[in-house]
Amino acid sequence: MTWPETLRTAWEAISTRRMRSALTVLGILIGIAAVMLTVGLGQGAQQQVASQIGKLGSNLLIVSPGSSTSLTGVRGGRGSATTLTTADAAVLADPAVAPDVKAVAPTSSTSASLTANGTNWTTTVVGTTPDWLEVRARSVASGRMFTDSELTTVQPEVVLGATTAQELFGVRDPVGQAVAIGAQPFTVIGVLDTVGSTVGGDQDDQAIVPATTYATLVSPSTGTSVSTIYLEATTSDTLSAAYQEATNALLTGHGVTAATADFSINSQESIVQTATSTSRTLTVLLGGIAAISLLVGGIGVMNIMLVSVTERIREIGLRKALGATPRIIRRQFLTEATVLGLIGGLLGLALGIAGSRVLPSVLDQPVPISALAAGLALAISLVIGVVAGVYPASRAARLSPIDALRSE
Amino acid sequence: MSADPIRRLGDIPPILQLEDVDKVYRSGSLEVAAVRGVTLTVQEGEFVSVMGPSGSGKSTLMHIIGCLDTPTSGSYHLAGEDVSTMRESELADVRNRRIGFVFQQFNLLSTMSAWRNVELPLVYAGLPRAERRRRAVDALARVGLADRVDHRPGELSGGQQQRVSVARALVTDPQLILADEPTGNLDSTATADVLDLFDELQAQGRTIVLITHEHDVSARAQREVHMRDGMLLEVDRVRAP
Repeated sequence: MTWPETLRTAWEAISTRRMRSALTVLGILIGIAAVMLTVGLGQGAQQQVASQIGKLGSNLLIVSPGSSTSLTGVRGGRGSATTLTTADAAVLADPAVAPDVKAVAPTSSTSASLTANGTNWTTTVVGTTPDWLEVRARSVASGRMFTDSELTTVQPEVVLGATTAQELFGVRDPVGQAVAIGAQPFTVIGVLDTVGSTVGGDQDDQAIVPATTYATLVSPSTGTSVSTIYLEATTSDTLSAAYQEATNALLTGHGVTAATADFSINSQESIVQTATSTSRTLTVLLGGIAAISLLVGGIGVMNIMLVSVTERIREIGLRKALGATPRIIRRQFLTEATVLGLIGGLLGLALGIAGSRVLPSVLDQPVPISALAAGLALAISLVIGVVAGVYPASRAARLSPIDALRSE
Repeated sequence: MSADPIRRLGDIPPILQLEDVDKVYRSGSLEVAAVRGVTLTVQEGEFVSVMGPSGSGKSTLMHIIGCLDTPTSGSYHLAGEDVSTMRESELADVRNRRIGFVFQQFNLLSTMSAWRNVELPLVYAGLPRAERRRRAVDALARVGLADRVDHRPGELSGGQQQRVSVARALVTDPQLILADEPTGNLDSTATADVLDLFDELQAQGRTIVLITHEHDVSARAQREVHMRDGMLLEVDRVRAP
């Protein structure tokens, strides 16, 4: 019996029992679609986090203060201490100390209310240096950034994030307009580009002021301490060298050892890893549940094949009497189970792809379905069909034609 | 037992040659000898009926003759080929090539049209589809169902269904037609119909072995053998014209 003939026979058996076949296929379909979508969702979430963190800047190192310990011995969280100062930033900016560090941006930030023309908007005010643009891979969309020389005096100048500008000035050009931060009058000198990242707060909703201005007019209690120092390594290859140099310089400067370090340095990569590990765990969990539903689908195929063998004992006996060898009978039932699995897989693939088109607009996150995932889904459905078919098929093949013909 | 002049002359071998065939079923410690020491020779072109009440072992004998089962001891040659020691897949091939079955229950596949039922043995013989269709339609024409080729079994009368199964038995052009109570499920008109068909087949020179417990059905055969308690009793007689 040729393969086309075997396939035709399998297809006839499946299409004759339409309702039952459809329900069997549904089990595989749901399983395959669920596995594809959960994996896609997980990958999408990871991609999204990674790309948002990527937007923080390139070759970025983030120096955070260590934790503070109160008099009663209660340790605060990381970054709660004020161990980093503008002096540290100055040391790190010295090419003799840290030759692989290209740019340094000490930043401090606080929440403040901005008022312009009677509109007010609460946002994050960041005090930093002009290098901030370079380090955070940002640019000014209109107007200008303040200069290094403006840091030496206290200039009431502010560069607004795109969202902030929009909220305060609407469609009008904010450059040159007056804005009050708290009670202090400022002039808007520029507007930042749009970046669309929300890691560490909405990166489009902030107001950047010179560090000296920040310490004088916005948050006088800050003094010389800074909340974070952003470093940019010269290239991605020198990132770890820059990390070492910065660590050594700060350990020496603070007179501490690695064990008692009062600061920590994180690379962008480590942040990405931390952020994606959560979503990866969730993906594995959901994917596991989806895989179980796929397994149940496979058991469904086996179940229906067993029922089919029992129901068709007479048919099997007749086919054997007419010349079908056990091998042909086995192949016929195996093919039937495989076709069921494959139909389920193909429909599941279609549903998965449809879902990956629809879901992003609902969830506002990409749901990528790779060719590998699609191929794997089909392969799995094929394997499920074969595995589920082996036992029923061998039972059918072992039936004696006499017993089979005799049964009512 | 009857002599076998043709074989002694070294001419063509007999279609069926069973020698001292036993079939013993074991069920735990219990042994049941369903067929005991059966020796039977059937020549090409003969129409033989096997008579016997139920439990006489005639069904077991039919299974052995039909290569659906193998004897416990003794030898069985079908068209000169020793089939008593064949493996299951070899038996399947022999059944396919040499035997055409007609069953009491018709055993037609209800989801397939008449011609698809008839072509089934040819599928396992590995013939191409167009050839199968041609031969199936041809076989259906020979049993008088040329206009029922695309009907499903459910759309045919009992007699017509049995004629479809006779067509299926004929389609491979087998050396032996083996009919197991072919009229058991038919009314008298359909019975006459099917038996006339057997007469025609015999007239064409086909070998037919018919198993029945009905005397008037058996009377249509040239030669009649009786099964009783697993043993075969030959009743030589010439069929009335």
